[in-house]
Amino acid sequence: MNRIEGRVKVTGLATYAAEYPVEGLVHAFPVQSQIAKGRIRQVDAAQALAMPGVLAVLSSEDPPELAAAASGELALFQSREVAYRGQLVAAVVADTLDNARAAAAAVRVGYDPDDHDVSLRADHPGLYKPDTVNPGLPTDTEKGDVEAGLAAAATVVEVTYATPVLHNNPMEPHAAIACWDDEGRLLVYDTAQGTTWSRDILARVLGLPADRVRVVSRHVGGGFGSKGTPRPQAVLAALAARAVGRPVKAVLTRQQMFDVTGYRTPTIQRLRLGADAEGRLTALEHVAYEQSSTLEEFAEQTATPTRIMYATPALRTAHRLVRLDVATPSWMRAPGEAPGMYALESAMDELAYAAGMDPIELRVVNEPDTEPHSGLPYSSRDLVGCLREGARRFEWERRDPAPGVRRDGEWLVGTGVAASTYPARRRPSRARAVRREDGDYLVQVAAADIGTGARTALTTIAAGALGVDPDQVHVELGDSDLPAAPVAGGSMGTASWGSAVVRACEELKSDGREGVADTTEEIEGDAQFARHAFGAQFAEVRVSSVTGEVRVSRLLGVFAAGHIIDPQLARSQFIGGMTMGMGMALMEETLTDEEFGGFLRRDLAQYHVPACADVRDVEAVWLDERDVELNPMGSKGIGEIGIVGTAAAIGNAVFHATGHRLRELPITPAKILMSRF
Amino acid sequence: MEITLQVNGKARTVDVDPRISLLDLLRERLGLIGAKKGCDHGQCGACTVLLDGRRALSCLALAVAVEGRAVTTVEGLASGDDLHPLQAAFIEHDAFQCGYCTPGQLCSAAGMLDEPGPSAVTEDLRTDPGLTPDEIRERMSGNLCRCGAYVNIVSAISEVAR
Ligand code: FES
Ligand code: FES
Repeated sequence: MNRIEGRVKVTGLATYAAEYPVEGLVHAFPVQSQIAKGRIRQVDAAQALAMPGVLAVLSSEDPPELAAAASGELALFQSREVAYRGQLVAAVVADTLDNARAAAAAVRVGYDPDDHDVSLRADHPGLYKPDTVNPGLPTDTEKGDVEAGLAAAATVVEVTYATPVLHNNPMEPHAAIACWDDEGRLLVYDTAQGTTWSRDILARVLGLPADRVRVVSRHVGGGFGSKGTPRPQAVLAALAARAVGRPVKAVLTRQQMFDVTGYRTPTIQRLRLGADAEGRLTALEHVAYEQSSTLEEFAEQTATPTRIMYATPALRTAHRLVRLDVATPSWMRAPGEAPGMYALESAMDELAYAAGMDPIELRVVNEPDTEPHSGLPYSSRDLVGCLREGARRFEWERRDPAPGVRRDGEWLVGTGVAASTYPARRRPSRARAVRREDGDYLVQVAAADIGTGARTALTTIAAGALGVDPDQVHVELGDSDLPAAPVAGGSMGTASWGSAVVRACEELKSDGREGVADTTEEIEGDAQFARHAFGAQFAEVRVSSVTGEVRVSRLLGVFAAGHIIDPQLARSQFIGGMTMGMGMALMEETLTDEEFGGFLRRDLAQYHVPACADVRDVEAVWLDERDVELNPMGSKGIGEIGIVGTAAAIGNAVFHATGHRLRELPITPAKILMSRF
Repeated sequence: MEITLQVNGKARTVDVDPRISLLDLLRERLGLIGAKKGCDHGQCGACTVLLDGRRALSCLALAVAVEGRAVTTVEGLASGDDLHPLQAAFIEHDAFQCGYCTPGQLCSAAGMLDEPGPSAVTEDLRTDPGLTPDEIRERMSGNLCRCGAYVNIVSAISEVAR
């Protein structure tokens, strides 16, 4: 089945947050901090207020009222303290966008700056152990004796990998339109990956009961985590609309998005691996150093995939965080797994070379019977199947492991492999299904379609549960007035919403008219299993010996992710993730301005994401799994696993091509050429 | 000041702020939300429209500078209920996910189909290379897709270019 919203999307009729035709709409444009740390002395709005069309200037001079519970990035204009360069410190509301933008440039903000610190280092004195890491996982784990395991090993690899600040950069900028009605109810059209949660948070920040707030997000132009929680533009639009008594639109610029909509923390990762003569791990240690802001703690779960991948008698993982004068990092596609598996799977490749083993065989001999850190059985795990199927398709048995020996003119050619994984979770959700007067079925759930094809997948799921043709099923989502549902995030959307939709449809079938479901109890009763999707990523690269340019001539992902509900949507998700993984490997990097704070490369001309010409042969296939311990569909989430392991596979292929191991992403031409000198 | 443009075949007269871009004019004044704003700086291609039949970035054009010219947005690609072959192919090949880059991809592709001559990847400059996948990838690289639908975009365009 093609995407249900396909026609409205290709004809330009799909309405995204900034695009609702609202009567009397005016525009808000933010002013950003020019210093990285200090206090706002004064905000002089006189000149701005005298400019054409200007209705109001909001700032901490006269803090707009927010609930006491408002904190961190959403507590707009409440404090005179500046936490990072680029933070929103004021905003202009004016009749047109051009007038608002021009007046924002005329707002004069005076500061008393303090010395700032924006540099993540593994020896930073401010490093500490957070209580948990996202999303509430243990910070550290330890099993067995790592030192003894390393001492007894035949081969030891001790390496440090680093990944830079990465930005989600969905194509649709974060935007909100806020409208208050006469009775003080708030409607927000927002770029939200989940309207229920977005409504709850906005209500809390504004000090309103949740039933007085409605959030609508019918189409979302990508999010990749950055629209998982409300961002400042939603609060700004609501405050500005209240201040001027008219509906307000607030759309962030691409540059502002870099500052206030989250990013992936940079990481420094230390790994120590020991293996016996047969390649079996004797010890595995993974320690991640990361940053957060002074406003909020966000601790990415970078070392957590190492807890579940390979059998070893001694396993230690740890996370250390430092709070810097930077914006708050947040979720970006596969938080934890994407940077963590880059480091682990690169280190496994190094271990394979050090031990003189094939990298696939090394992974196969370390296949665990149960989840290494918890001892839980896997509900299903077919990493070995993925590696074998990928090896067959990539003709791996014909590969000469010797690095740096294949040449095609100026090009050095190499191949690499890496494993991939992502948790298969689900969260409680509600849903409602009714038989309409015309005999068709209406299914309602406050799910979000951020490009995953949620409408289409839920239609397939509901039609299956009802035993009717998908044409007869109409799914409504993207509105907090619908039955409450979790966010499109953590690759949990379809599993969570789909479970509730199936239960609602089952009830409708027996009732004949209506079915409502809440899966809270069902999920509480889930048996104890380690639930994860697995995959194997294969890459072929060509590295120019003249310019250092890396071209990915082929990417293959083989995934074992439960039952695939919709092959066409699934393939698009997998190859989309792999494409983003290629960006992570080769080009994506935001620099931090050590001198002035804030980020450099705050646009798409400097922060490079893969373009059409970068992406050649990207293929995703899967092994269908039967796993009854997951959810009624037997599915595992697929939105994130595609990005996991891609960068390692490409980095390992670059080593195979050139003989140089680069341990800092991205692998740029400069780094390739530098390794020769 | 007052200007008149031909938008999707209709003359539209609007009183505009001389600072307004063609993109903001389409989106904020004319209700043509198909032209998307991804960067407002000519870096992403989401705002691509056809200007007198050639693809152009509407965020980089001032509205007053395109007075009198013919603008085609994604809303103007289909003829009535019949989708443009590119629109149909994009649906068939699942050439989008979130759909935000899609109007720009479609307008860009529609313009590209009519652009003659070699590109930076053409091997032999004396012959018409035709729209091979390599040529399409090169010529479509001004339109970013963060969802990573490129593989499907190229196959959709290839089908129509054939
Ligand atoms: S919005 Fe015009 S190129 Fe990005
Ligand atoms: S479909 Fe989402 S950016 Fe292209």
